[in-house]
Amino acid sequence: MASVPSKLYADDVSLLMVLLDTNPFFWSSSSLPFSKFLSHVLTFLNSILLLNQLNQVVVIATGYSSCSYIYDSTSAPSHGSDQGRMPALCSNLLQKLEEFVTEDEQLLKEASAEGTPSSLLSGSLSMALCYIQKVFRSGPMHPQPRILCLQGSSDGPDQYVAIMNAIFSAQRSMVPIDSCYMGSHNSAFLQQASYITGGVYLKPQQPDGLLQYLTTVFATDLHSRAFLQLPKSAGVDFRASCFCHKKTIDTGYICSVCLSIFCKHHKKCSTCGSVFGQAQSEVPSSTNRKRKASDT
Amino acid sequence: MSTPQVIKRAKYKTSIKDPGTPGLLTMMENRFVFRPNDPTSPSKLDVGFHQIKGQKNTKEGSNKPPWLNISNNKDGSYIFEFESYPDLHACREIIANALEAAKGSSAATISSTAKASSSTNEQYSTAELELRMKLMQEDSELQKLHKQFVGSGVLTESEFWATRKKLLDGDSRKKSKQRVGFKSSMILDIKPMTDGRMNKVTFNLTDEIKYQIFALKPAVHQAYIDLVPSKMTEKDFWNKYFRAEYLHSTKNVVAAAAEAAEDEELAIFLKEDEILAREARQKIQRVDPTLDMEADQGDDYIHLPDHGIFRDGTKDITELQNDQYRRTLSQDLNRQGAVVLQGRNLDVDPEDPRTIAEALMRSRQEPSDSAVQERLDRLTRMTEIDDLRESHDHPVAPLCIKDPRDYFDTQQANALRTLDDSRTGTEQTKRKLTTEEAYGALKESISKIKSIGLSNSTVKPEVALTVFNGLTQNISSTKYQLGKNPRESILDGLPNRTKEELLHHWMSIQELLRHFWSSYPITTSSLYTKVGRLKDAMSQIYRQLEEIKEAVQSDFRHQVSLLVRPMHQALDAAFQHYEADLQKRAAKSGELPNGNG
Repeated sequence: MASVPSKLYADDVSLLMVLLDTNPFFWSSSSLPFSKFLSHVLTFLNSILLLNQLNQVVVIATGYSSCSYIYDSTSAPSHGSDQGRMPALCSNLLQKLEEFVTEDEQLLKEASAEGTPSSLLSGSLSMALCYIQKVFRSGPMHPQPRILCLQGSSDGPDQYVAIMNAIFSAQRSMVPIDSCYMGSHNSAFLQQASYITGGVYLKPQQPDGLLQYLTTVFATDLHSRAFLQLPKSAGVDFRASCFCHKKTIDTGYICSVCLSIFCKHHKKCSTCGSVFGQAQSEVPSSTNRKRKASDT
Repeated sequence: MSTPQVIKRAKYKTSIKDPGTPGLLTMMENRFVFRPNDPTSPSKLDVGFHQIKGQKNTKEGSNKPPWLNISNNKDGSYIFEFESYPDLHACREIIANALEAAKGSSAATISSTAKASSSTNEQYSTAELELRMKLMQEDSELQKLHKQFVGSGVLTESEFWATRKKLLDGDSRKKSKQRVGFKSSMILDIKPMTDGRMNKVTFNLTDEIKYQIFALKPAVHQAYIDLVPSKMTEKDFWNKYFRAEYLHSTKNVVAAAAEAAEDEELAIFLKEDEILAREARQKIQRVDPTLDMEADQGDDYIHLPDHGIFRDGTKDITELQNDQYRRTLSQDLNRQGAVVLQGRNLDVDPEDPRTIAEALMRSRQEPSDSAVQERLDRLTRMTEIDDLRESHDHPVAPLCIKDPRDYFDTQQANALRTLDDSRTGTEQTKRKLTTEEAYGALKESISKIKSIGLSNSTVKPEVALTVFNGLTQNISSTKYQLGKNPRESILDGLPNRTKEELLHHWMSIQELLRHFWSSYPITTSSLYTKVGRLKDAMSQIYRQLEEIKEAVQSDFRHQVSLLVRPMHQALDAAFQHYEADLQKRAAKSGELPNGNG
């Protein structure tokens, strides 16, 4: 395992990967304006960097059709472009963010595809994990990494497999995924991500007090977390998306060979090509049937 | 549920020697009564089964008459002689059931319900009933379920066990008898018994030993078939055999050769076993054809001085002359090993050596002509040069893993349907209208914050306070609800009675649902009534669950409702299916009169 304790600087040095949802369709309908949201997040990032000199912050923008690194505290120039009106972190980040949004819009226009108003969470999760792996492999010492998803837009069931894969790889490298979900309904993906990786899932009741939530719940390093009472979610939505129609289902069919999930009976598994035996009757209980309890 | 009376003619004997008093034996549910034909006879009996301890009976097929010996608590016994074995068995079964019932109240319900259903529906063998009872005694959950559903008539005995065929099968398979294999001790070492006085040895032969000798030495076997009983008696045959064995054991090869020259039958036993040699040659043919067996023949070191194996105090030393009358220990050991490994492949009663001999003959296969061809094929295969040979690929079904891109690319088209219709509808129209506006707004807010910078107070103090209060409340309430340890089961926190009730209901629901779903599609009227019964039983449990939910203290109500919810959901799904099916049926049957009228 890469993250052996001896390779850590100290128990309170963190690498915080922040995944910032920049889906314009969500923010245009959100009760908390994006500018307010940004100011909360920027303050939070600053305070993280102030908590420990060795702390690192990396921000990845999760757009509608693309993702990108928009800030890295190790490589950012120490002086901002706008003559000290705001901290260098903010001006640099905002500069990059603006460029990213323009590009994202461009990409959407090119693709002009119909799609769900969800953002590319799977992409940004993968990028964060890649970055963390790079950190693990570079140099003798590294900070303790964790991922914080600041997500607003709803789940894209079509990204189910990719997101679950990212979650499991995070679990394997012992990287907790914290999630702060700003949307109206709970996000099943993020709930599962936090549950599986041992992170914290939070859905703020007071969106305008976001900074308070962030500093209270998500600012502490992993070592100190052991001593704190952090919010626990009472129930996790463990439902999966079927592979055939990408619907979220609670009862379905599972391929006995590759464990692909389907919402109705197929003659052949579309993923691995195994031919299923004929069910004896129409009774669905005679084939593989799996029930997932929504909570325990 | 009353056991029918059984009345049989029988003789009552006070002791085994007693000729017996003829009369009528009546077996009732809880006692048996004997009335002698001669009303003046004193040997009238009226005994309750509660006084009965056990029973014994004579075996059918033995020469004894059908006797039943019933022993009572006071070490006394009643002996009855029946006219026939069926009479005896009828009475014996009733007593057996009565004894079973006396063993315990739980066992009593099982046996009585089992009996009730078997008398109404089908007949089961006693072995199967015993197996079921044993299963239930081992598994108290199973017994509880059985009592609940079969006892109350929701399920019949056969329906209950139909879903558990595996349990029944598995147990009977375990019982199958293990076959006795071939003894691994060396039969060739049978030692004669000498009585010391005379120069005479005695061999004790059993059928088992004969069988082993036949299996080990096909030549002896062949000789037996040829000679006995046409040319010599069996006794003479074995005499000769052991004379030959004795000659072998003396290691006097010269004497053996001399005797063999005189007696041609004896020579059979002394010579190398022709059949074995043939088999050995066949085996050598199956060795890798590229291996030169002849080159290795001299490599056994036995001909060197100081080599050899000690046996019976002497050493096996090779002498070149008279080689055909000599056997080595390694040959014997190898043959013994081969036979033991081959195992006993005959299912013949080893009583008559003649039948054994014939059965062994049949089991020995004849060498086929195809063996030569096979050897040639092997030869060509082995000597093939790698890069010139054809591919010997076996037909395998290649594992077809689709390009994952298929999955990710096709999702776009399907994605639209994924969200709730209403939500998709509104967001869709909104998005179409404002793709550019949305991005514009986003960029605007970025530039806004760029120009303004961070304001002095990002969060108002009042808001921060509400956040703190909310978080504290949330944390303390989840801690209270879920317990300090998230791995700790909610069930453990509940009162014991509630916990047990919930677990039991969950088991019952599973059992009922299994039967319910397996009854669809309904094809027969019996299935229809079964589904009706199941549905009634399920709705009863549904109500009981509600009652449990109401009954628990308010502290636990939340947890209990969380636990009960999935049970209710499962039941609701079944009810829904039931109703839908009912409507479908009603519509179908309603159509007919409409069509007619």
